[in-house]
Amino acid sequence: MKKTEAEENERLLVRRIKNGTVIDHIQGGEALNVVKILGITGTTQEALSIATNVPSRNMECKDIVKLTNRELSKEEVDRIALISPRATINIIRNFKVCEKKGVEIPTLIEGIVRCPNPGCISNTNEPIQSKFKVQPKGLCCHYCDWVITKDLTSYII
Amino acid sequence: MLDHARRVDEGNYDKNALQGKILATLFFEPSTRTRMSFESAMARLGGTSLSVGSVEACSIAKGETLADTIRVVSGYADAIVIRHPKEGAARLAAEFATVPVINAGDGAGQHPSQTLLDLYTILQSMPIDKIDIALVGDLRYGRTAHSLASALALYDARLHTISPKGLELPATLAAELSDKGMEIIEHDDLNDVIRDVDVLYVTRIQRERFPDSASYFNVASNYRITPEHLVGARDHLIILHPLPRVDEIDPRVDELPFARYFEQSRNGVPIRMAMLMRVMQ
Repeated sequence: MKKTEAEENERLLVRRIKNGTVIDHIQGGEALNVVKILGITGTTQEALSIATNVPSRNMECKDIVKLTNRELSKEEVDRIALISPRATINIIRNFKVCEKKGVEIPTLIEGIVRCPNPGCISNTNEPIQSKFKVQPKGLCCHYCDWVITKDLTSYII
Repeated sequence: MLDHARRVDEGNYDKNALQGKILATLFFEPSTRTRMSFESAMARLGGTSLSVGSVEACSIAKGETLADTIRVVSGYADAIVIRHPKEGAARLAAEFATVPVINAGDGAGQHPSQTLLDLYTILQSMPIDKIDIALVGDLRYGRTAHSLASALALYDARLHTISPKGLELPATLAAELSDKGMEIIEHDDLNDVIRDVDVLYVTRIQRERFPDSASYFNVASNYRITPEHLVGARDHLIILHPLPRVDEIDPRVDELPFARYFEQSRNGVPIRMAMLMRVMQ
């Protein structure tokens, strides 16, 4: 079957990887935040490819992140759901997709987001990690009940 | 809890109910009423209280974390009462404690034991269900107002708020209360609402919330309750205040039948006796 223009563009933009993880269908423009939320920094040893605002059949545009030689765990990838709930995860081994799964919004997130409330006990030197309950209205701080309803990425630790 | 407090108030309790038990009071912020009423409650039940005195005198001043302090104090007492300037401190303490923890105020967060005595005081005058209550003063940082408003959502109460600009009820709390079905009506002036409420709950406007004394006095004077404000109020109106008051209520109001704040303060003892029995027996 003939590939669509969007698929062809996508193929050209990001090469196949031999082993690793491909995070597909990330909401357009959120790839860098996805990398941030996964804790992947410039000091990482793995080859990292990022494509942003790629035309997509199912979405207006999407981002793609490819990470070689590293298979992300479910707990790691579920964090992505906070900013891109439609993302899909493909685990690649020897150029083949061995696992394909969606992301699930976790009920509790720990240590990823800091509480915006400067008066919150979680912003002190106490031996605790930040903890948020994921609720329909937003992320609710376990300690002080502050609710993050927008700009979540600016609070990623 | 309110029924239990009433029975305690009527003298129906075992004066040795907590004999041999020890309560640790950890107050990292100033307190008169809350601390003394917890200690009085403990003494009336035959128990003992321990405290660290001032913050300067305890290990927190040496840089110890609250988590470590709580772990240590858990070994010395059967329950801990904590007041702390940070929101969520009591919840953190409960995670590290091996004994029950009671929140006696966490920053601008909550003050649940005050709310229980507020509800008990209202109940002494009227059923709580479906009351119209006006919260006046600093509703943004006032933890007593936060806890009381949350509790009143359980009673189908209608909330009227009167607060200076910038000190309104936090938006997230207001949204949460609205989600629970509570009707919240904002007013600019107490005179707009005084004839329509059953309870007037006045809180202190703190001077440190304003850039200078002049702007504080200007705002505070607009929120001062005087006998003249109360003309036309419902006969059964009660006025509550968590105390201490500074200038929010004219002392002439003390002589009016509406004033209940000193009874309210006294009610801290039976409520806290009921709480301590609940957590330590």
